[in-house]
Amino acid sequence: MSILITKDTTFIIQGITGREAVNMSRECLDYGSKIVGGVTPGRGGRDVYGIPVYDTVRQITAKTHVDGAVVAVPPAFTRDAVFEALEGGVKLIVIVTERIPRYEVAQMVELAKMRGARIIGPNCLGILSPGEAKMGGLGGRAVDAKKAFSKGYVGVMSRSGGMTTEMCNTLTAAGIGQSTAVSIGGDAIIGSTYADLMPLFEADQETKAIVIYCEPGGRMEAELAKYVVEQKSRLPIIAFMAGRFMDEMPGMRFGHAGTIVEGKADTTAEKIARLEAAGISIAERIEDIPGLVKKRLGMDGK
Amino acid sequence: MSLFIDVEVDASARSNADLVKKLVEVCPVNIFAASSGKLDIVDAHLDECTLCELCLNAAPPGSVKVKRLYGTKDVLVRQS
Amino acid sequence: MRFYEFESKRLFGKYGIPLPKGSKVAATPAEAKVVAAEINGPVVLKSQVLSGGRMKAGGVLFADNPDQAAEAAKKILALEINGHKPRGVLVEARAPIAQEYYVGVTWDGVARMPVMIFSDMGGIDIEEVAEKHPGHISKRHFSTLMPFSDFMAKELVAGVGLSGDHLNRLSRLAASLARIFQAHGLTLAEINPLARLDDGTFFCLDGHVDMEDDARDTQKGILKDLGIDPEEKRQARPPTSFEIKGAQVDAADPRGVAGNVVEFDGDLGLVIGAGGGSLTLFDAIRKHGGKPANYCEIGGNPSVSKTCELTKLILSKPGVKKIAVMMNVVSNTRVDIVARGVIKGVIESGQKPSEKIAIFRIPGSWEQEGFKILEHYGVEYCDRTVSMFEAAGRAVAKMKA
Repeated sequence: MSILITKDTTFIIQGITGREAVNMSRECLDYGSKIVGGVTPGRGGRDVYGIPVYDTVRQITAKTHVDGAVVAVPPAFTRDAVFEALEGGVKLIVIVTERIPRYEVAQMVELAKMRGARIIGPNCLGILSPGEAKMGGLGGRAVDAKKAFSKGYVGVMSRSGGMTTEMCNTLTAAGIGQSTAVSIGGDAIIGSTYADLMPLFEADQETKAIVIYCEPGGRMEAELAKYVVEQKSRLPIIAFMAGRFMDEMPGMRFGHAGTIVEGKADTTAEKIARLEAAGISIAERIEDIPGLVKKRLGMDGK
Repeated sequence: MSLFIDVEVDASARSNADLVKKLVEVCPVNIFAASSGKLDIVDAHLDECTLCELCLNAAPPGSVKVKRLYGTKDVLVRQS
Repeated sequence: MRFYEFESKRLFGKYGIPLPKGSKVAATPAEAKVVAAEINGPVVLKSQVLSGGRMKAGGVLFADNPDQAAEAAKKILALEINGHKPRGVLVEARAPIAQEYYVGVTWDGVARMPVMIFSDMGGIDIEEVAEKHPGHISKRHFSTLMPFSDFMAKELVAGVGLSGDHLNRLSRLAASLARIFQAHGLTLAEINPLARLDDGTFFCLDGHVDMEDDARDTQKGILKDLGIDPEEKRQARPPTSFEIKGAQVDAADPRGVAGNVVEFDGDLGLVIGAGGGSLTLFDAIRKHGGKPANYCEIGGNPSVSKTCELTKLILSKPGVKKIAVMMNVVSNTRVDIVARGVIKGVIESGQKPSEKIAIFRIPGSWEQEGFKILEHYGVEYCDRTVSMFEAAGRAVAKMKA
């Protein structure tokens, strides 16, 4: 199985007529995703690769069941688009847009909580369940995504979209498939953290291990470590930590918006110590990940 | 001078005002420009070509050719 | 973007938060003397720098009369702290303090809500208070959807056991701070210390404000009021001319990103991407003993000319011997377009791509087309079977050869 999306998940794309969203629509369709509509206010009646375009979300939800929405509108319009989807009853929202002010992200997350919905992102590439569907730009074109991602038993979560593909590609090359890969986003405030998604992987019988990509900044890794210990998680976790050089450069921002060393808890050294104390294995290099997965699952013949 | 891409357009196509307008419209990287109804190729934009083939599809077969200047002999051209 | 102390105080002042008497910035010793004369009493002079450790470095001095104030201002204005030159000297009245408190508003990334923090032990690092004196600290999250309401601030202050007149006065200040935080896209609004005088009045002794970069577009009015240049970046250290040029390359063309160029003093130029990939690759180069000349992030499929300009900038940096072009497996950035850009940049710099490009490791979208270009120019490249770490190792090995 997979988490969050399967081949039967229906979703819409908000901002579907934008340049990047048009590409993304093509990629998702080619991968086998069920896109039931697109929304661009003022462009209702058109179509994008056969996907009907509407002016509002409710025009679609009134006709058909919609599980999810990908939001790919400019930052100034994102909050409105997300509120529209949430009030339209959509329960899974992937926000691709970057550079949304933090306060607005917090508002979206708060409303999602009230509506019993889940947000992935912002500033993310979305979700890919190999062999099932992809929701967002993760993996790029369907032919490319099929090279890097394969069906299997590892759940993947990453603060970097590009590194999600890199890690899955490395796993695939080693013969290890993935249940679902989630690009959770690179901002300081995001809809779903590692710890938020853990219970879903926990409940998925086919997921046997977790691989995560981590960076300096924030308390997300500490929150995961706490979760693993308190919930006595059944899943072994392998973490890769990038940005070690940043420990020596406090106050400088590198990489994503959420990546900055402001205090001791932001450093990679501190994060690695916390993760290891919770029994999480640290991969020094990306290519060490497959070996660690096998080792933790007792599949290395030792 | 471009290093990677060259685009050739037939003389008849170059002076066809309707076609010129179409080529200017479809190219995402503005390789084509129009000056008094005639086609200009903007040298400075040639290397930005994304090989999208929209110009090939906009013109009659064979009238627009996209050449890659990096050792690959196959020219992009609309067959029919 | 961090505010200077005087800017933070000006912002607080607009919302009625009391400030010390005087509280004016002087650009010269003569100006400092005038402010001190207006105050007509003992003053404190504080260097306006965006760096910690101001007190220790000698950036805070006291004076009892205007002549002493001019003398102190002269010393402070000449003093560079951790590489930062002061943006003037803040002159304020000094008064006897009965007690110091802490009040701050920031983001809780785990709760994904703003949180107010209060302590009756001000003047020291709040993380230290949290660790050693947990009974003296109180926190209160507040909604971003519901309007802020004063009772939230009262609960905050009552959380450390305060009551009476102090509770009412302090919670009013905390509520103002929360509203400032909400209204101006801040990531931090902090008064530390918040001082109580013997007469029971409170004022902001020192303040810190951090505004989110992505909120700046919506905050142009207040930035103008505070005299902050909308283009001013304020990284942890002032940008170098190389970094300024890098930002110009990125700003000149909206197609894709070739930004966040950071200068280092090594000999290996880096054309790397994207956000996470750049961090991973930079670590890898250092692990192999390589010396990067720069950090950068390309992504979002930059145009050929944009990558070309970035390549030329990096090659023009004194001491750069070769460049390494590396990314994680790419999805939307195209391998062939990046290959064209870097090769063009090398050629326009009057160099040979086969000699200047130590390694090209960008697998993914349009890789077959990209590899044809690289082969044509004799550039060493590798596909996805070579890891990012290994590719970095090859680049470093070439530098030593």
